[in-house]
Order: sequence, then structure tokens, then C-alpha cells
Amino acid sequence: MRRYSLPLIIIALFVLTIGGSWLGILDSYIQLVLLYIGINVILTVSLNLVNGYMGEFSCGHAGFMAVGAYVAGILTVWLFAEDKVFGAPVLPIGWAFPLFPITLVIGSIAAALVGLLVAIPSFRTRGDYLAIITLAVNYMVKSSIENMEVIGGPRGFVGMKRVMNAMGDVLDAPWLLIWTFVGIFATIVIIRNFISSTLGKGVEAIREDEIAAEIMGVNTRRTKVAAFMLSCGLAGLAGGLFAHWPGGYINPLMFTFLRSTEVMVMVYLGGMGSITGSIISAILFTLLLELLRPLGVFKWVVIPLLLIVMMLRRPQGIMGSRELTDVFPRLRAFLQPDKEVEGYAPASD
Amino acid sequence: MTLDIFLQHLLNALQWGSFYALIALGYTMVYGVLLLVNFAHGDIFMVGAYAGFFIATFLLGQYGFQLPFTLPSWLVLVLTIIGSMTLTAGLGVGIERAAYRPLRERGANRLYVVITALMVGVLLENLNLWRLGGADRGFPQLIRKQIYTVGGVSFTNVKIIVIGLSIVVMLALELIVRRTKVGMAMRAISYDKVAVPLMGIPLNRIIVATFALGSSLAALAGVMYGTAYEVISFDMGIFVGWKAFICAVVGGIGEIRGAVAGGFILAFVEIFVVALGQIPGFQWLSSTYRDLVAFSILLVFLTFRPTGIFGAPRRQKV
Repeated sequence: MRRYSLPLIIIALFVLTIGGSWLGILDSYIQLVLLYIGINVILTVSLNLVNGYMGEFSCGHAGFMAVGAYVAGILTVWLFAEDKVFGAPVLPIGWAFPLFPITLVIGSIAAALVGLLVAIPSFRTRGDYLAIITLAVNYMVKSSIENMEVIGGPRGFVGMKRVMNAMGDVLDAPWLLIWTFVGIFATIVIIRNFISSTLGKGVEAIREDEIAAEIMGVNTRRTKVAAFMLSCGLAGLAGGLFAHWPGGYINPLMFTFLRSTEVMVMVYLGGMGSITGSIISAILFTLLLELLRPLGVFKWVVIPLLLIVMMLRRPQGIMGSRELTDVFPRLRAFLQPDKEVEGYAPASD
Repeated sequence: MTLDIFLQHLLNALQWGSFYALIALGYTMVYGVLLLVNFAHGDIFMVGAYAGFFIATFLLGQYGFQLPFTLPSWLVLVLTIIGSMTLTAGLGVGIERAAYRPLRERGANRLYVVITALMVGVLLENLNLWRLGGADRGFPQLIRKQIYTVGGVSFTNVKIIVIGLSIVVMLALELIVRRTKVGMAMRAISYDKVAVPLMGIPLNRIIVATFALGSSLAALAGVMYGTAYEVISFDMGIFVGWKAFICAVVGGIGEIRGAVAGGFILAFVEIFVVALGQIPGFQWLSSTYRDLVAFSILLVFLTFRPTGIFGAPRRQKV
């Protein structure tokens, strides 16, 4: 039984969410919040790879998210919807079901390629420069989109709603939530496997001491570029999902530096170098944002204050660099059934 | 582009560059001493402008509260500048004491201080938005604008005052850093952080002095920005502040002369991108490309000369 506990938990969550929204138990607001949580989980876990595990400071995650969002959004609208710019749909709507995830993947690849462009100059130089370059890239992506009149410029890009509605007409199901679920699962598995791979060990070695890592034979530059591209690609995936949100439009103002700040807050709130910490903090933070929504602007007074106090009182965040299984070792029997865990002592921070 | 138009743009660029340079100086001084990118600095500039706004309107009696005597407007301007610089210096030092120093004394990772700085910036901006609302405010005009025309180039007296005052302040800063004990200590800290306290130099006092100097320069820039453009808004710190940060990096962060050079260079580029767009044949270069060009310059610099114009490469030792 224990062997199947983790897949069972995931399947149960999946069935509950999807079934609930299908049957109308979960109203559209709750579905929207679930979607936000999912997107934030993907963003936070992926940024944690660079800012937490690698100890670098990337602060332009929203820029890569924008690339993924626009590429995936434009592709689906071009392929499956009637549009002023792109004309009649290229393919019948039935193709949307197999091709939708592929457009998401293409969006991620585009974001990863932009990440590669950023990584090449920035990892040649000192640590602080990644922060500056990613910040600049965030503004450049936003500014470039604003200058492209074809895709709406500063007004934004619309049409994704038609695709989602058409998919819903063929077969009524919360398609976006389903793919968000798959996206979260894929992100966590990819990051977890990356961290425990040889390349991932190199990432952690770089965080501890870059020079020592290089002397020990870690190809630091290749490792950094690979980790950064992976992180950017997953941000693109989150963007692709976000582009199809029920509002049906995206505009450059959604991908400002403030959005990047939100993701950074979630990473540091959860703890650098902890996947479960990132998941917990993404869920808590998204719920907090929704709860504070009536406060309006005051919300953005509370959140930075909260983080400043946290930095002073508990700088390691909720989980530090520990996973949930380190805090509650009994969970390990359920969550890591195939691993021999006796006598394993996690490194404390 | 004829010569007089060129000179006209040159003057505009000098004024625009003065703001950049004054703010960039604050970034670069704090970085030189603490190796901290003080992301809150752009918003300190904004606070400086608002402090100036409130002091000036108070002195002019626009709050239902009339001073028993009327001050001449040049005196109001001087008092506004001094008051705003003092208040903002206090704010900068307060932020250092409340948020940065506890982290530094605990020996926290430098990353945590950077995040705290970012959050302080977001906090200042949204406090302003929350209490004062998002509407732009008209800055009281303390100098009566006069337009002079010399050989086809027209300029206002405000422009001359802004450019002149900032050049004087920059020269004064150069003197402080080169000739006084505090300035010498600042340079010593950026040279070697370990040896300086051993030599009996009070590290914390020098850091406080750095923050006070940097913040008051930002406040001066804020008041002059208000005087020159007549409008201030809660988000002025974001764009002007970030651009000033680019200037500091392009000039070589940590280098005082670099910040000034970077400020004027970026201002020239920005003004001339907009100016070129008005010439037939260059109309594809819309003024909306300004920010894109500014950030591209940053990327090019970081790729080919990451230490900036004046910065010397530092060798990392094991």
C-alpha cells in the first residue's frame, strides 16, 4: 500500500479538483484561485532552482513568463481561433486537445532560449551581474512587447478565451486546470530529478563555493547555464498556462518587475533550496493575496513589511533548506517508499 | 540636424543627465562601501521630491495655515532644498539602522540584504500610493521661468540652475571624498573591509555618513526634478531610479566619477534616440524605443566591459 501512496494522493487531488469543478461544486472563483496557485507553484519551484539551490540572484522571472505567455497564446490563437491579425483558424478545434500541451512546450522552449541569451553574457562575470541583467531583460521584454503593434502592443493580446471556449464546447471539462495540474507535476518531478542528478549536485556545489567547485571538476559555466535555462523554460510554461486564464487577455503590464518580486517573495518565504517549502509558500502566499484583496493598495504595504520582518527574524523562511520529509521523517515512508532512509541525517542549515 | 537643434538637445540632455548622475551617485557610494545594491534608492529619490513638495506648499501657506510673514520665493526654494535633503537623509539612515544593519551584524548572506532593500523600495512606493493616492501632483513653481534665446537655442533659467547646481554639488562631493577624513575612510572601506576597523576607523559611522550623503543627493535631485518638470508622481522612483542604476553600472559601480559619466552618457543616448525619431528617414525609431535602447546599452556594457567605464577588474583570489 505504501508503495502507491504518493501516486494515490496525487490522483485523489486531481480527481477531486477536476471532478469538483466539472460537477459545479467548485465555483469559477475557486477555480481561478486554484489556477493562480498552480501557476505560482510552477514559478516558485522553478525560480528556487536559480535563487535557492544555485544561490544566484535572478530577478526577472516575469520576463521569461511573458515570453512563454505570448508565444503559447499567439500559437493557440493562430491555430485554433478566428482572429483579426491571423485570420481564420488553421486547424479544426479537435486538434486543440493534442496540440495544446505542445504549444505550451514551444512557449517554454522560447523562454528557455531567451534564458540562454541572458545566461551567455551574465555568467561570464561576477555574481551581482545576473541580478542586473535579469532586471534589464524583464524591462526589455516588456518594452519589446509594447513596441510590437501586431500583437496588440501596450493594449495586450486577446483571443485565448475563444480557444478555451471552443475546447469547452467540444468536451466540457476544466481543460486549463487539467493542464495546470500536469504542469505542476511535471515541474516538481523535473526539478527534483535535476537536483539529484550529477548536474544538480554541481549546482549545489556552486552555491557552497564556486571556486572550490570548479577545482573539483564541476564545469561551472555549463552547469549554471543549464540550470538557468531550465528555470526560464519552466517560467515560460507557467506563462503559457497563465495566457489562457479565464480573463482571456494578456498585456505587458502583467509581467512587470512587481510580478517578479512576488515570485522572489514566495521563494524566500518558503526557504531557499526546498521544493516543499516553495510549494507551501506559493499556496499560502496566493491565498494571502486573495484574502488581502479587499485592502487594495494597502496589500502592498503589508506584504513587503511582512517580508522585511521575516528577513530580520527568520531569514531562512518557512522551511529553510529542509524538505517536509526532513521535518516530519515519518512522512518519508509515504512519500519516498523506495528509498532506504535508515540512519540518514539531513544536513541542517 | 542643424547645430542649434543639436545644442538644444544637448542642453536637455545635460539637465536630464544631472538627475541621473545625482541619483547614480547614491547607488554607487553605497555599493562602494557595503557592496550592496540599494534597490530602495530610486524610491528615496521619490520621497525626496515629495518631502520637497510638502515643505514648499507648507511654506507657501497652501495648507490653510498661513505663516505670519511671506517669504521670498528664492528663500522658500533654499529652505525646501535644505529641509528635503535633511529629512531624506534621515530616512536613508533610518532604513540603514532598522533594516540593513541588523542583518549585517548577524553576518547574514548578502542576498538577504538585497531582498530587504527591494522590499523597502516596494514599501515606500506603496505607502505613498496608499496614503496620497495615485494622482500626479503639481510641484509649486518657486522660480519664475524665463526663456532666453541665444542664437536659435532657447533655454530657461531653471535649466541653467539645475545644471549649474548639480555640477557644483558633484564637485563638492568629489572634494568630500578626496579631501576629508570621512571621504578617505569611505575609500578605504571599499578598498579593504577587513583592515579598516582594525585601523580604528568607526565602520558604522562611515556607513551612516554614506547613506546620509547619498540620500540627500537623491533628495536634491527630487526637488530639482519637481522644479524642472512641475509634476511629481508616486512611481517616479521606479523609472528614473532604475535608469540611474544603469548609469551607475555603465560608469563602473563603486566609482564616483563613473556615476557622473554614466548619468550624462545615458541621458545623451535617450534624448538623441527621441530626437533622431523626428528626423525624416529615422522615423522607424519611435520614442517608445527609448527604454529598450537604454537597457540594451546596459546589456552590451555588461557583456563586453562588465566593470563599466571607470571600474578596474578585480581578481578573485582563493
